Amino acid sequence: MFASDVAGPGFVPPSTNDFNLPPVFGDSAYTTKPILLVLLSVVLISIFFIAAARKAAIVPGKLQFVGESIYAFVRKDLAEEIIGHGFLQFVPFLFTLFTFVLVNNIFGIIPFLQFPAMSHVAFPYVLAGFSYFIFHAIGIKKQGLGKYLKGIAFLPGVPKFAYILLTPIEIATYFLIRPVTLSLRLFANMFAGHLLLLVFIGGGDYMLHDSHLFMKILSPFSFGFGIAMTFFEFMVQCLQAYIITLLSALFIAGALVDEH
Amino acid sequence: MHSRFVAEAAQSPLLPKPAELIVGAIAFALLFLVLRKFVTPMFEKAFAARTEAIQGGIEKAERAQLEAAKALESYTAQLADARGEAAKIREEARVQGAAIIEDLRAQAQEEAARISAAAHSSIEAEREKAISSLRAEVGTLAVDLASKIVGEALEDQVRQSRIVDRFLEDLEKSK
Repeated sequence: MFASDVAGPGFVPPSTNDFNLPPVFGDSAYTTKPILLVLLSVVLISIFFIAAARKAAIVPGKLQFVGESIYAFVRKDLAEEIIGHGFLQFVPFLFTLFTFVLVNNIFGIIPFLQFPAMSHVAFPYVLAGFSYFIFHAIGIKKQGLGKYLKGIAFLPGVPKFAYILLTPIEIATYFLIRPVTLSLRLFANMFAGHLLLLVFIGGGDYMLHDSHLFMKILSPFSFGFGIAMTFFEFMVQCLQAYIITLLSALFIAGALVDEH
Repeated sequence: MHSRFVAEAAQSPLLPKPAELIVGAIAFALLFLVLRKFVTPMFEKAFAARTEAIQGGIEKAERAQLEAAKALESYTAQLADARGEAAKIREEARVQGAAIIEDLRAQAQEEAARISAAAHSSIEAEREKAISSLRAEVGTLAVDLASKIVGEALEDQVRQSRIVDRFLEDLEKSK
């Protein structure tokens, strides 16, 4: 897309249009790059972890060790630390969430793939939706619908008049703010990160093709900054995968205890 | 085709595309089912097996340690027994040795006493014999001499012996 812009009269900064990619093949809304990347991530994650877990050896090989380390990180540092008692039943969900987001995020800096699927807001919405459904379902199952809703709306141990202020805030937090922030945080980070890379790498490309020698000389700096931002993006991508899993675990933990 | 994407381009990035919602939900659910069925149970199995192996190892080590402690205790006890036994034997040997020495000493003393008694008696007998033979000899000689000198035969046995005795007594007194 960019090559055509460069030929134009001036630098066209990357915009949200750059996120609307045409279908890779055919003319279907189901063959776009992000959708294929998401499907690819499912295949890759499945193959990798099935291969790693297949032997379940006491003394792990290299592959099993790597797979196990990732699993143990989610299991211990996220599920066990935050949820505590009875955490084991939520590990598969948190593990899926973490690996799914992590791999799709990292796709953003893998050569040739180079697109974070989570910068398409539909995917974060879906993930936040699952998380939202699960923590409410757990709360209702654990405490009963009435008690769960009452616990949310009327925070125990608070003076009565404070409910005027607290009840709307609490209800909005649980039913609106949590899913929205969960999905938008991930979406916005991936969207902005990708946009940032487009700016520096697209800018470098534009400068390199500019007629002025001065611009050509400066263009490596833009590319260099683009590479530096790629490393930074890698960090953000891992961090965001961690954060969405962490917050989901926190919500589940909150729904499990009677008083929050 | 191009017009469709221009139309899509106008869409806000915050509005989800239905296709992506559907695929996202299916993909995530599928991944969840695969991981829950094939991956997490296997990892849990490996963790459990590892924990068990480590715990088993610790228990085995503890058992071995206990056995070693027991063995040491029994060896120490045996050693103490042996020491006691040795001391007893030594004490017995000492007592026996002393008894033997005492015995031997008594025997030797007895032997010495016996030998000295025998010597005494033999000396005494020799002496008696010497005295009696001397007495007879001296008597005869003296009588012979006296009869030669006196010219008087002292044939009478009784007188002869009385004279000799008196002479010898005198001799002994003068000694």
